[in-house]
Amino acid sequence: MSHQEHTDNIGAKLGMWLFLFTELLLFGGLFILYAVYLARYPHEFSAAGKELNVTFGAINTVVLLTSSLLAAMAVTAIKRGEKGLTVALLSGTLGCALIFLVIKYFEWSAKIHHGIYPGSPRLVAGAPGESVFFGLYYITTGLHGVHVVIGGAVLGWIGTRVNSGSLNQGNNVALENGTLYWHLVDLVWIFIFPLYYLIL
Amino acid sequence: MTSDTAVHAEHAEHIVSYKKLCAVWLTLLVLTVATVLITRADLGAAKVWAALGIASLKSGLVIAFFMHMKYEARLFRIILFVALVTLATFVGFTFFDVLYR
Repeated sequence: MSHQEHTDNIGAKLGMWLFLFTELLLFGGLFILYAVYLARYPHEFSAAGKELNVTFGAINTVVLLTSSLLAAMAVTAIKRGEKGLTVALLSGTLGCALIFLVIKYFEWSAKIHHGIYPGSPRLVAGAPGESVFFGLYYITTGLHGVHVVIGGAVLGWIGTRVNSGSLNQGNNVALENGTLYWHLVDLVWIFIFPLYYLIL
Repeated sequence: MTSDTAVHAEHAEHIVSYKKLCAVWLTLLVLTVATVLITRADLGAAKVWAALGIASLKSGLVIAFFMHMKYEARLFRIILFVALVTLATFVGFTFFDVLYR
């Protein structure tokens, strides 16, 4: 009788999804705060929201959607046994993550340069709704940025494991779970972009 | 029974084709352009609901195809539903409080 290591891919993915739901509620809480304060300070939010750069936001949306496509294609590639392609697609995802963070860096730098950051003299002297808007902007996009960094690190580690062969066609649930986390990062941005950059 | 095992393996691990994934990606890009165009128009509060509606549609596509939810066991969709209902309950009760205070 051959001894086989017990694996439970459905259980592993179910656990990942349960974790993603806690993430959903974490960001959901921030979106509820946004909605409540938008209802309380519609004019201040409208004025403050127009200071955000729609071009930066739109480019980052395309970058993240593309990164998600490459991550999803990596799962298809590993299941078809195409190791080199899997690593290349994951590298593409990481490249997109890097572009996203660089654009975010320029975006935040421009804001800070204009005196818009939590506790800045300009926001303290301005209308209360405006400082609430930028406080939420920094905490939401900042927490999202942290998720981009963590997701990038996880996918980088998974990429090295695919490269070494410890993740392969028959054993790929770690790659699948890593990409699930990455798609969550994309999902959150799908809501951040219209709420902060477009509707105000 | 090799064919039987193959069928079983395929059932357990559905592979989404590159073509389908690219089609989903193109749809997501088109929907992004649609959101930008709709929110540039002067629609008042309607554009908020339009933008949220499109964002929900995009999320549905990402969850169904990129995240393979369409091909997972029913249990996955049940817990997704529970999570969304939980979030909706939080949103609903928060606004009961805020709007009628």
